Amino acid sequence: EHMEENLRRARKGDLKVSIHRMEMERIRYVLSSYLRCRLTKIEKFFPHVLEKEKTRREGESSSLSPEEFAFAKEYMANTETYLKNVALKHMPPNLQKVDLLRSVPKPDLDSYVFLRVKERQENILVEPETDEQRDYVIDLEEGSQHLIRYKTIAPLVASGAVQLI
Amino acid sequence: MFCEKAMELVRELHRAPEGQLPAFNDGLRQVLEEMKALYEQNQSDVNEAKSGGRGDLIPTIKFRHCSLLRNRRCTVAYLYDRLLRIRALRWEYGSVLPNALRFHMSAEEMEWFNHYKKSLATYMRSLGGDEGLDITQDMKPPKSLYIEVRCLKDYGEFEVDDGTSVLLKKNSQHFLPRWKCEQLIRQGILEHVLS
Repeated sequence: EHMEENLRRARKGDLKVSIHRMEMERIRYVLSSYLRCRLTKIEKFFPHVLEKEKTRREGESSSLSPEEFAFAKEYMANTETYLKNVALKHMPPNLQKVDLLRSVPKPDLDSYVFLRVKERQENILVEPETDEQRDYVIDLEEGSQHLIRYKTIAPLVASGAVQLI
Repeated sequence: MFCEKAMELVRELHRAPEGQLPAFNDGLRQVLEEMKALYEQNQSDVNEAKSGGRGDLIPTIKFRHCSLLRNRRCTVAYLYDRLLRIRALRWEYGSVLPNALRFHMSAEEMEWFNHYKKSLATYMRSLGGDEGLDITQDMKPPKSLYIEVRCLKDYGEFEVDDGTSVLLKKNSQHFLPRWKCEQLIRQGILEHVLS
Protein backbone atom coordinates (compact mmCIF):
# COMPACT_ATOMS: atom_id res chain seq x y z
CA GLU A 1 0.00 0.00 0.00
CA HIS A 2 2.87 2.33 0.92
CA MET A 3 4.40 1.59 -2.44
CA GLU A 4 1.17 2.28 -4.27
CA GLU A 5 1.10 5.73 -2.69
CA ASN A 6 4.67 6.39 -3.83
CA LEU A 7 3.74 5.32 -7.32
CA ARG A 8 0.94 7.85 -7.47
CA ARG A 9 3.29 10.66 -6.50
CA ALA A 10 6.06 9.86 -8.98
CA ARG A 11 5.82 11.18 -12.54
CA LYS A 12 4.46 8.86 -15.16
CA GLY A 13 7.32 7.31 -17.09
CA ASP A 14 9.76 7.96 -14.26
CA LEU A 15 12.19 5.08 -13.84
CA LYS A 16 11.28 4.92 -10.16
CA VAL A 17 7.79 3.92 -11.22
CA SER A 18 9.00 0.91 -13.16
CA ILE A 19 11.22 -0.31 -10.41
CA HIS A 20 8.52 0.13 -7.79
CA ARG A 21 6.06 -1.65 -10.01
CA MET A 22 8.45 -4.51 -10.55
CA GLU A 23 9.03 -4.88 -6.85
CA MET A 24 5.30 -4.83 -6.21
CA GLU A 25 4.79 -7.53 -8.79
CA ARG A 26 7.40 -9.67 -7.16
CA ILE A 27 5.93 -9.20 -3.72
CA ARG A 28 2.48 -9.93 -5.03
CA TYR A 29 3.74 -13.06 -6.72
CA VAL A 30 5.46 -14.41 -3.60
CA LEU A 31 2.47 -13.59 -1.44
CA SER A 32 -0.03 -15.11 -3.84
CA SER A 33 2.13 -18.17 -4.23
CA TYR A 34 2.33 -18.68 -0.48
CA LEU A 35 -1.39 -18.25 0.05
CA ARG A 36 -2.20 -20.51 -2.89
CA CYS A 37 0.03 -23.21 -1.47
CA ARG A 38 -1.76 -23.02 1.86
CA LEU A 39 -5.15 -23.23 0.23
CA THR A 40 -4.07 -26.18 -1.88
CA LYS A 41 -2.95 -28.04 1.22
CA ILE A 42 -6.14 -27.19 3.05
CA GLU A 43 -8.23 -28.54 0.18
CA LYS A 44 -6.11 -31.62 -0.26
CA PHE A 45 -6.24 -32.67 3.38
CA PHE A 46 -9.46 -31.00 4.42
CA PRO A 47 -10.89 -33.65 6.81
CA HIS A 48 -7.56 -33.91 8.64
CA VAL A 49 -7.05 -30.16 8.78
CA LEU A 50 -10.48 -29.69 10.30
CA GLU A 51 -10.02 -32.58 12.70
CA LYS A 52 -6.76 -31.11 13.90
CA GLU A 53 -8.47 -27.79 14.49
CA LYS A 54 -11.32 -29.49 16.31
CA THR A 55 -8.99 -31.30 18.68
CA ARG A 56 -6.80 -28.29 19.29
CA ARG A 57 -6.18 -27.67 22.97
CA GLU A 58 -6.83 -24.41 24.81
CA GLY A 59 -3.91 -22.06 24.42
CA GLU A 60 -2.47 -23.92 21.45
CA SER A 61 -2.39 -21.63 18.43
CA SER A 62 -4.23 -22.58 15.28
CA SER A 63 -2.51 -23.48 12.02
CA LEU A 64 -5.33 -21.75 10.17
CA SER A 65 -6.31 -18.12 9.93
CA PRO A 66 -9.98 -17.52 10.77
CA GLU A 67 -10.68 -16.97 7.07
CA GLU A 68 -8.89 -20.19 6.14
CA PHE A 69 -10.87 -22.03 8.78
CA ALA A 70 -14.12 -20.68 7.34
CA PHE A 71 -13.00 -21.68 3.85
CA ALA A 72 -12.08 -25.19 5.01
CA LYS A 73 -15.46 -25.69 6.68
CA GLU A 74 -17.30 -24.48 3.60
CA TYR A 75 -15.22 -26.77 1.39
CA MET A 76 -16.06 -29.76 3.57
CA ALA A 77 -19.75 -28.92 3.78
CA ASN A 78 -19.95 -28.34 0.04
CA THR A 79 -18.26 -31.64 -0.77
CA GLU A 80 -20.17 -33.70 1.81
CA THR A 81 -23.51 -32.30 0.68
CA TYR A 82 -22.66 -33.00 -2.94
CA LEU A 83 -21.65 -36.63 -2.34
CA LYS A 84 -24.68 -37.22 -0.18
CA ASN A 85 -27.18 -35.81 -2.66
CA VAL A 86 -25.73 -37.31 -5.80
CA ALA A 87 -24.89 -40.77 -4.56
CA LEU A 88 -24.87 -41.64 -0.89
CA LYS A 89 -28.50 -41.00 -0.10
CA HIS A 90 -29.46 -43.35 -2.96
CA MET A 91 -27.44 -46.17 -1.50
CA PRO A 92 -28.52 -48.86 0.96
CA PRO A 93 -29.05 -47.41 4.45
CA ASN A 94 -26.05 -49.07 6.07
CA LEU A 95 -23.70 -47.64 3.43
CA GLN A 96 -24.72 -44.03 3.42
CA LYS A 97 -22.05 -42.75 5.78
CA VAL A 98 -18.53 -42.33 4.41
CA ASP A 99 -15.78 -41.54 6.89
CA LEU A 100 -13.80 -38.86 5.10
CA LEU A 101 -11.00 -39.09 7.64
CA ARG A 102 -10.36 -42.60 6.42
CA SER A 103 -11.01 -42.09 2.71
CA VAL A 104 -9.03 -38.91 2.15
CA PRO A 105 -5.28 -39.54 2.42
CA LYS A 106 -3.44 -37.95 5.33
CA PRO A 107 -0.36 -35.81 4.89
CA ASP A 108 2.73 -38.00 5.01
CA LEU A 109 4.51 -36.83 8.13
CA ASP A 110 7.25 -39.36 7.49
CA SER A 111 8.44 -37.56 4.42
CA TYR A 112 11.91 -36.12 4.55
CA VAL A 113 12.47 -32.38 4.81
CA PHE A 114 15.48 -30.11 4.72
CA LEU A 115 16.04 -27.88 7.70
CA ARG A 116 18.47 -25.38 9.18
CA VAL A 117 19.00 -25.30 12.94
CA LYS A 118 18.44 -21.95 14.62
CA GLU A 119 18.70 -22.99 18.25
CA ARG A 120 20.93 -25.79 19.38
CA GLN A 121 18.98 -28.93 20.30
CA GLU A 122 20.25 -31.83 22.32
CA ASN A 123 19.13 -35.42 22.52
CA ILE A 124 16.57 -35.49 19.75
CA LEU A 125 15.17 -39.01 19.56
CA VAL A 126 15.13 -40.44 16.06
CA GLU A 127 12.74 -43.36 15.79
CA PRO A 128 13.62 -46.32 13.57
CA GLU A 129 11.99 -46.69 10.20
CA THR A 130 12.31 -50.44 9.93
CA ASP A 131 12.20 -53.18 12.52
CA GLU A 132 15.88 -53.92 12.14
CA GLN A 133 16.92 -50.44 13.15
CA ARG A 134 16.96 -49.12 16.68
CA ASP A 135 16.19 -45.64 17.76
CA TYR A 136 19.05 -43.33 18.43
CA VAL A 137 19.70 -39.86 19.69
CA ILE A 138 21.26 -36.89 17.88
CA ASP A 139 22.25 -33.35 18.71
CA LEU A 140 21.43 -30.51 16.35
CA GLU A 141 24.14 -27.86 16.22
CA GLU A 142 23.16 -24.25 15.60
CA GLY A 143 23.56 -23.33 11.94
CA SER A 144 23.81 -26.94 10.75
CA GLN A 145 21.58 -28.29 8.00
CA HIS A 146 19.89 -31.67 7.94
CA LEU A 147 17.67 -33.94 5.89
CA ILE A 148 15.37 -35.62 8.34
CA ARG A 149 11.88 -37.09 8.72
CA TYR A 150 9.36 -34.35 9.40
CA LYS A 151 7.72 -36.22 12.26
CA THR A 152 10.96 -36.25 14.25
CA ILE A 153 11.33 -32.48 14.27
CA ALA A 154 7.73 -31.29 13.94
CA PRO A 155 7.58 -29.66 17.39
CA LEU A 156 10.85 -27.85 16.69
CA VAL A 157 9.37 -26.27 13.59
CA ALA A 158 6.42 -25.05 15.64
CA SER A 159 8.68 -23.56 18.29
CA GLY A 160 10.96 -21.93 15.73
CA ALA A 161 14.06 -23.84 16.85
CA VAL A 162 14.57 -25.10 13.31
CA GLN A 163 13.62 -23.61 9.99
CA LEU A 164 12.49 -25.65 6.98
CA ILE A 165 14.35 -24.86 3.78
CA MET B 1 -19.85 -59.78 -12.96
CA PHE B 2 -20.80 -57.23 -10.34
CA CYS B 3 -19.19 -53.78 -10.20
CA GLU B 4 -18.47 -53.74 -13.95
CA LYS B 5 -20.23 -50.45 -14.43
CA ALA B 6 -18.54 -48.87 -11.42
CA MET B 7 -15.15 -49.96 -12.71
CA GLU B 8 -16.00 -48.49 -16.09
CA LEU B 9 -16.57 -45.10 -14.47
CA VAL B 10 -13.21 -45.23 -12.74
CA ARG B 11 -11.47 -46.39 -15.89
CA GLU B 12 -12.94 -43.55 -17.89
CA LEU B 13 -11.46 -41.00 -15.52
CA HIS B 14 -8.19 -42.86 -15.24
CA ARG B 15 -7.81 -42.58 -19.01
CA ALA B 16 -8.67 -38.89 -19.15
CA PRO B 17 -5.51 -36.76 -19.05
CA GLU B 18 -5.03 -34.45 -16.08
CA GLY B 19 -7.14 -31.33 -16.25
CA GLN B 20 -9.63 -32.82 -18.66
CA LEU B 21 -13.23 -33.27 -17.65
CA PRO B 22 -15.14 -35.90 -19.65
CA ALA B 23 -18.92 -35.58 -19.89
CA PHE B 24 -20.74 -36.72 -16.76
CA ASN B 25 -21.34 -40.41 -17.11
CA ASP B 26 -24.94 -41.34 -16.55
CA GLY B 27 -23.76 -44.86 -15.72
CA LEU B 28 -23.87 -43.79 -12.11
CA ARG B 29 -27.57 -44.54 -12.11
CA GLN B 30 -26.90 -48.15 -13.10
CA VAL B 31 -24.38 -48.54 -10.32
CA LEU B 32 -26.92 -47.31 -7.77
CA GLU B 33 -29.54 -49.70 -9.19
CA GLU B 34 -27.13 -52.60 -8.94
CA MET B 35 -26.44 -51.65 -5.33
CA LYS B 36 -30.14 -51.59 -4.56
CA ALA B 37 -30.62 -55.05 -6.11
CA LEU B 38 -27.64 -56.51 -4.25
CA TYR B 39 -28.84 -55.08 -0.97
CA GLU B 40 -32.36 -56.44 -1.38
CA GLN B 41 -31.03 -59.89 -2.25
CA ASN B 42 -28.85 -59.76 0.82
CA GLN B 43 -31.71 -58.64 3.04
CA SER B 44 -33.80 -61.61 2.04
CA ASP B 45 -30.88 -64.03 2.31
CA VAL B 46 -29.97 -62.72 5.75
CA ASN B 47 -33.51 -63.39 6.91
CA GLU B 48 -33.35 -66.88 5.46
CA ALA B 49 -30.02 -67.54 7.09
CA LYS B 50 -31.25 -66.36 10.48
CA SER B 51 -34.71 -67.89 10.59
CA GLY B 52 -34.37 -70.77 8.13
CA GLY B 53 -30.96 -71.80 9.41
CA ARG B 54 -29.47 -71.43 5.93
CA GLY B 55 -25.87 -70.95 6.96
CA ASP B 56 -24.77 -71.87 3.48
CA LEU B 57 -25.99 -68.51 2.26
CA ILE B 58 -23.43 -66.64 4.30
CA PRO B 59 -20.56 -66.70 1.75
CA THR B 60 -22.91 -65.29 -0.88
CA ILE B 61 -24.05 -62.61 1.51
CA LYS B 62 -20.47 -61.66 2.23
CA PHE B 63 -19.68 -61.59 -1.44
CA ARG B 64 -22.56 -59.28 -2.21
CA HIS B 65 -21.52 -57.03 0.66
CA CYS B 66 -18.01 -56.79 -0.77
CA SER B 67 -19.49 -55.86 -4.12
CA LEU B 68 -21.57 -53.18 -2.44
CA LEU B 69 -18.50 -51.75 -0.75
CA ARG B 70 -16.59 -51.80 -4.02
CA ASN B 71 -19.40 -50.09 -5.86
CA ARG B 72 -19.48 -47.37 -3.24
CA ARG B 73 -15.74 -46.91 -3.33
CA CYS B 74 -15.67 -46.61 -7.11
CA THR B 75 -18.61 -44.25 -7.13
CA VAL B 76 -17.19 -41.90 -4.52
CA ALA B 77 -13.77 -42.02 -6.20
CA TYR B 78 -15.36 -41.13 -9.54
CA LEU B 79 -17.39 -38.25 -8.14
CA TYR B 80 -14.59 -36.89 -5.98
CA ASP B 81 -12.00 -37.01 -8.75
CA ARG B 82 -14.36 -35.06 -10.97
CA LEU B 83 -14.76 -32.44 -8.25
CA LEU B 84 -10.99 -32.04 -8.14
CA ARG B 85 -10.91 -31.53 -11.90
CA ILE B 86 -13.74 -29.02 -11.67
CA ARG B 87 -11.93 -27.18 -8.92
CA ALA B 88 -8.88 -26.92 -11.17
CA LEU B 89 -11.08 -25.31 -13.83
CA ARG B 90 -11.72 -22.33 -11.57
CA TRP B 91 -7.99 -21.75 -11.27
CA GLU B 92 -7.36 -22.29 -14.96
CA TYR B 93 -10.25 -20.44 -16.59
CA GLY B 94 -11.55 -18.02 -13.98
CA SER B 95 -15.09 -17.83 -12.68
CA VAL B 96 -16.78 -18.11 -16.05
CA LEU B 97 -16.28 -21.50 -17.62
CA PRO B 98 -16.26 -22.09 -21.37
CA ASN B 99 -19.55 -23.56 -22.58
CA ALA B 100 -17.96 -26.73 -23.86
CA LEU B 101 -16.88 -27.59 -20.34
CA ARG B 102 -20.15 -26.60 -18.74
CA PHE B 103 -21.99 -29.15 -20.86
CA HIS B 104 -19.80 -31.86 -19.39
CA MET B 105 -20.91 -31.03 -15.86
CA SER B 106 -24.02 -32.24 -14.10
CA ALA B 107 -26.34 -29.71 -12.47
CA GLU B 108 -25.10 -30.73 -9.03
CA GLU B 109 -21.49 -30.35 -10.10
CA MET B 110 -22.31 -26.87 -11.32
CA GLU B 111 -23.80 -26.13 -7.92
CA TRP B 112 -20.66 -27.40 -6.20
CA PHE B 113 -18.61 -25.19 -8.51
CA ASN B 114 -20.71 -22.14 -7.69
CA HIS B 115 -20.35 -22.72 -3.96
CA TYR B 116 -16.62 -23.22 -4.36
CA LYS B 117 -16.28 -20.01 -6.39
CA LYS B 118 -18.17 -18.06 -3.77
CA SER B 119 -16.16 -19.50 -0.90
CA LEU B 120 -12.91 -18.70 -2.69
CA ALA B 121 -14.06 -15.16 -3.48
CA THR B 122 -15.00 -14.55 0.15
CA TYR B 123 -11.61 -15.78 1.25
CA MET B 124 -9.70 -13.66 -1.26
CA ARG B 125 -11.67 -10.58 -0.35
CA SER B 126 -10.58 -10.99 3.25
CA LEU B 127 -6.88 -10.80 2.42
CA GLY B 128 -5.27 -7.56 3.58
CA GLY B 129 -6.73 -4.17 2.78
CA ASP B 130 -10.17 -3.35 1.46
CA GLU B 131 -10.13 -4.97 -1.93
CA GLY B 132 -8.44 -8.20 -0.96
CA LEU B 133 -5.97 -10.04 -3.13
CA ASP B 134 -6.78 -12.11 -6.19
CA ILE B 135 -4.48 -15.04 -5.72
CA THR B 136 -5.67 -16.69 -8.91
CA GLN B 137 -3.51 -14.17 -10.72
CA ASP B 138 0.29 -14.01 -10.66
CA MET B 139 0.72 -17.70 -11.28
CA LYS B 140 4.24 -17.28 -12.62
CA PRO B 141 7.14 -15.22 -11.29
CA PRO B 142 7.24 -11.88 -13.09
CA LYS B 143 10.11 -11.63 -15.60
CA SER B 144 9.25 -8.27 -17.06
CA LEU B 145 6.67 -5.60 -16.50
CA TYR B 146 5.33 -5.42 -20.00
CA ILE B 147 4.83 -8.21 -22.49
CA GLU B 148 4.14 -8.39 -26.17
CA VAL B 149 0.78 -10.00 -26.86
CA ARG B 150 -1.14 -10.87 -29.99
CA CYS B 151 -4.89 -10.91 -29.99
CA LEU B 152 -6.36 -14.24 -31.11
CA LYS B 153 -10.02 -13.30 -31.08
CA ASP B 154 -11.99 -10.10 -31.21
CA TYR B 155 -12.46 -8.97 -27.64
CA GLY B 156 -13.25 -5.27 -27.77
CA GLU B 157 -12.08 -2.44 -25.56
CA PHE B 158 -9.65 -3.29 -22.81
CA GLU B 159 -8.74 -0.74 -20.20
CA VAL B 160 -5.16 -0.36 -19.11
CA ASP B 161 -4.09 1.06 -15.77
CA ASP B 162 -3.72 4.77 -16.46
CA GLY B 163 -7.19 5.03 -17.95
CA THR B 164 -6.26 4.58 -21.60
CA SER B 165 -7.79 1.65 -23.40
CA VAL B 166 -6.78 -0.52 -26.30
CA LEU B 167 -8.99 -2.15 -28.87
CA LEU B 168 -8.34 -5.88 -28.93
CA LYS B 169 -9.07 -6.97 -32.45
CA LYS B 170 -8.09 -10.29 -33.88
CA ASN B 171 -4.44 -10.33 -34.93
CA SER B 172 -3.64 -6.94 -33.43
CA GLN B 173 -0.47 -6.84 -31.36
CA HIS B 174 0.04 -4.83 -28.22
CA PHE B 175 2.66 -4.10 -25.61
CA LEU B 176 0.76 -4.35 -22.36
CA PRO B 177 1.36 -4.71 -18.63
CA ARG B 178 1.76 -8.36 -17.81
CA TRP B 179 -0.58 -8.46 -14.83
CA LYS B 180 -3.50 -7.25 -16.89
CA CYS B 181 -3.01 -9.90 -19.54
CA GLU B 182 -2.60 -13.05 -17.47
CA GLN B 183 -6.21 -14.06 -17.34
CA LEU B 184 -6.91 -13.22 -20.96
CA ILE B 185 -3.94 -15.32 -21.98
CA ARG B 186 -5.29 -18.27 -20.02
CA GLN B 187 -8.70 -17.84 -21.62
CA GLY B 188 -7.13 -18.01 -25.05
CA ILE B 189 -7.96 -14.45 -26.07
CA LEU B 190 -4.41 -13.14 -26.04
CA GLU B 191 -1.22 -14.93 -26.87
CA HIS B 192 2.15 -14.05 -25.39
CA VAL B 193 4.54 -13.34 -28.23
CA LEU B 194 8.00 -14.56 -27.40
CA SER B 195 10.48 -13.07 -29.79
